[in-house]
Amino acid sequence: MKLKIFAAFALAAVLGQAAQADPIRIATEGAYPPFNYIDESGELKGFDVDIAKALCEEMNAECEIVAQAWDGMIPGLRAGKYDAIVASMSITEKRKQAVNFTRPYYQAGAILVAPKGSDIALDPEKLKGKTIGVQRATTYANLLREKYPQAEIKTYDTVENHNLDLKAGRLDGVVAQRVFMYNWLKEEGGDAFEFKGEPVLDEKYIGEGAGIAVDKSNPELLERLDTALATIMENGTYDALNDKYFPFSIRKE
Amino acid sequence: MNVELMIDSLPALLSGLVVTLKLVAAALVVGFVIALPTALARISRHAVLRGLALGYVFFFRGTPLLVQIFLIYYGFAQFEALRESPFWTILREPYWCALIAFSLNTGAYSAEVFRGGIQSVPHGQVEAARAIGMSAATVFRRIVWPQALRQALPAYGNEMILLVKASSLASTVTLMDITGVARTLAAQTYMPIEMFTAAAAIYLALTYAMSWGIILLERKLTPKETRL
Repeated sequence: MKLKIFAAFALAAVLGQAAQADPIRIATEGAYPPFNYIDESGELKGFDVDIAKALCEEMNAECEIVAQAWDGMIPGLRAGKYDAIVASMSITEKRKQAVNFTRPYYQAGAILVAPKGSDIALDPEKLKGKTIGVQRATTYANLLREKYPQAEIKTYDTVENHNLDLKAGRLDGVVAQRVFMYNWLKEEGGDAFEFKGEPVLDEKYIGEGAGIAVDKSNPELLERLDTALATIMENGTYDALNDKYFPFSIRKE
Repeated sequence: MNVELMIDSLPALLSGLVVTLKLVAAALVVGFVIALPTALARISRHAVLRGLALGYVFFFRGTPLLVQIFLIYYGFAQFEALRESPFWTILREPYWCALIAFSLNTGAYSAEVFRGGIQSVPHGQVEAARAIGMSAATVFRRIVWPQALRQALPAYGNEMILLVKASSLASTVTLMDITGVARTLAAQTYMPIEMFTAAAAIYLALTYAMSWGIILLERKLTPKETRL
């Protein structure tokens, strides 16, 4: 009898929780500092995470932010494991076929980083026979594959791993996001590596900037996020976050 | 499910199969060469040999293969002294790093399998062989090893198949094995179900062929009069 009562209580507790408004589940990668990373205490931090939190506050919604491996991010969204992705994901034509995006919340461009003194450049002639690292399933991987097939392309699970290999000398260069690499040069690679040439901003390869992805079955959430994004980009919240992380504006012009 | 896409991706996946096969075949050969002396060292009379073999088996069976690969690929690369040494020409290449990790890993497991096989041979047979004047090496070659191999074969076959599946970790150090190709194609097409189903089918065909090879070998090694 006691057991039955206990079971009834437990069931009521479970049902009660389900009856509450479900929190919005937001996925980020957690391996892309300073945009999203996991700090010493195991908490998700970074520009993307702060943007996500600001949006939730603006929407008056309860949110749960989870870390997710990059190359399974869109499949996970489509499978309903979470409701939105705030992970510095570039808006591209191909991704738009799979998911919906809000307006871009920043635009950074792609940059080639290589050892100081190397005469490598994003140029078909100069990339011939060079080994270039990129993260799998990124716009940078597409850029290299489609525009510079002369280079030998190596794909990595995370940006941190290709930077390790750049440092180890296994790579002649890496192509990644400009702001991320700016930060990396400042923090650890600056004495030996540098930017080569100007950032690539070609929307055909790089996309329109980073947007928030939502599954196509959920236009209401997309609408709410887009409205909230417009608000925080107007009311100064966005600029405050931009200044907290970057000495220059990454707002899309 | 988009079957056409799966068929289109086959040539790329088969190029991945070549990488997987090369890695697994080489790791099995090197692993065997490591395993046999290790198994003998494990049952040796010399405490130092026993200790060394035990330590090796303990480490490589006790830690995840992924950690071993990362230690060899990213770990060693952190040391500048090593990067300037002649070893770097080998450790620079992801293929060699994966091969070293796989060989050492399967060597440790196989050593235990072979040790069990060797110890299953009744001691009386060894004594009898020595009594008629065979040297220790001849006893091992003619009496112990053929029976030990027959005893160990089912477990060793298992280990070979486990290695085929474990080789998918090579994709984490930029190698384009079956899994590496499937992950890249899945990222390009956003069709993970199709790509990973196709990859799984190739792995299945591979392990199926291997398990048949092992069954045939088992039959061949079993003396006719004991066959049922």
